[in-house]
Amino acid sequence: MITIVNYGMGNLGSVLNMFKKVGVEAKVTDNLNEIADATKILLPGVGAFDAAMSRIKAGGFEEILNKKALEDKVPVLGICLGMQLLTDCSEEGVLPGLGWIKGKTIKFSFTRTQNLKVPHMGWNLVKQVNASPLIADFPPDPRFYFVHSYFVKADEEMDVLMRTTYGHEFDSVITNGENIFGAQFHPEKSHKFGMKLFKNFSEL
Amino acid sequence: MLKTRVIPCLQLIGDSLVKTVKFNKFGYIGDPINTVRIFNELEVDELCFLDIRATLEKRKPNLELLKQIADECFMPLSYGGGVTSAAMAQQILSIGFEKIVLNTVTFDHPEIIREIADHSGVQSVVGSIDVKKNFWGKYKVYSNDGKRQHDFDPVTWAKKLEQNGVGEILLTSMDHDGTWSGYDTILIKQITEAVNIPVIANGGAGQINDIVKAVETGASAVALGSMVVYQAKGLGVLVNFPDRNKLEEAISR
Repeated sequence: MITIVNYGMGNLGSVLNMFKKVGVEAKVTDNLNEIADATKILLPGVGAFDAAMSRIKAGGFEEILNKKALEDKVPVLGICLGMQLLTDCSEEGVLPGLGWIKGKTIKFSFTRTQNLKVPHMGWNLVKQVNASPLIADFPPDPRFYFVHSYFVKADEEMDVLMRTTYGHEFDSVITNGENIFGAQFHPEKSHKFGMKLFKNFSEL
Repeated sequence: MLKTRVIPCLQLIGDSLVKTVKFNKFGYIGDPINTVRIFNELEVDELCFLDIRATLEKRKPNLELLKQIADECFMPLSYGGGVTSAAMAQQILSIGFEKIVLNTVTFDHPEIIREIADHSGVQSVVGSIDVKKNFWGKYKVYSNDGKRQHDFDPVTWAKKLEQNGVGEILLTSMDHDGTWSGYDTILIKQITEAVNIPVIANGGAGQINDIVKAVETGASAVALGSMVVYQAKGLGVLVNFPDRNKLEEAISR
């Protein structure tokens, strides 16, 4: 059972749809007791960094999530903004992040001559940097759907599982080396590639 | 490298799929759910649905149909047609759509753009611009399914939409719609030079080379209509998508 934390940011219908498609039980909840009992946690997120962190704090989610992720060590997957929240801080806001994976979230910034639009929006390739069961046995040339204006830079090379290039390389899948993972793209909108990632996560 | 998005743009009238020619006569394509199943199998990049008569017929978005579509599709989805409030947009987004396409409402209630963007981000709002040349060959902007002409030229209106906070522009040439004659590259050039947000070229695609030209002219993405619902010009309905390898090779040349 995957527990999808509904802290009020992000449209969760499509995440739920994809877990259903791959045959994995999942539920969306904002109930703190249900989150406390979770065996696997998915942290979604669309929107602004500070808005998300303040909801996580104000809703009482932070304490429970910290316990689940750091003490109980249940598998956690943050997607899109949910990945950025795992880092220490973001240039998008002033509030500290959850800080479960050492690194920071930085704004894309390109010169005029690069002619690259922000947000980075569309399908892009990801390439494996380090191995992990989360990204095992992907179909060849895995491509995923991205929509984001900020990217993650992990402090430690060993925490980077996949990288993607948009103007420059950035970290598209990260981990703490144990139970915590983040993916910048939207697996729920990435056809068979996303299904494989969700399936892998459900089997951790 | 970021791949150019090639987006089937499907026209609905209520719960039927249709394809128009120059925003005027149209042919029935069939059932939208069967069609999206095929596009999902084909692993297309993204799908756009426009209920072209919702505003004219004062109909609300068909949430039941949109939910069925979202349940079948594991790709980014956008919807336009009859969206008149941010609350309505929010309902559609929560079903599993990523983007709301706005046209008529942006003339009468431009504040809706910010209301949706404040809640779900600018990337969730697509400003749709329908353009037709007038008798003297000047581009004019239209709304209400091409029935209402506005005084704006498309460049002015595109800048205005960008300023009002849309994350992206769907640029449709009404003259090229359904003609298989290629995109209006002059129009694409004017708009992409005027704004900093992505522009999706729409109207006229008939072959892969048209897509290449639109991208070379500055379009960030392209929408396909007739090409993905007919076998070829003048032939019967066939839901299809260009061969991915050929497409990628052509675009990355």
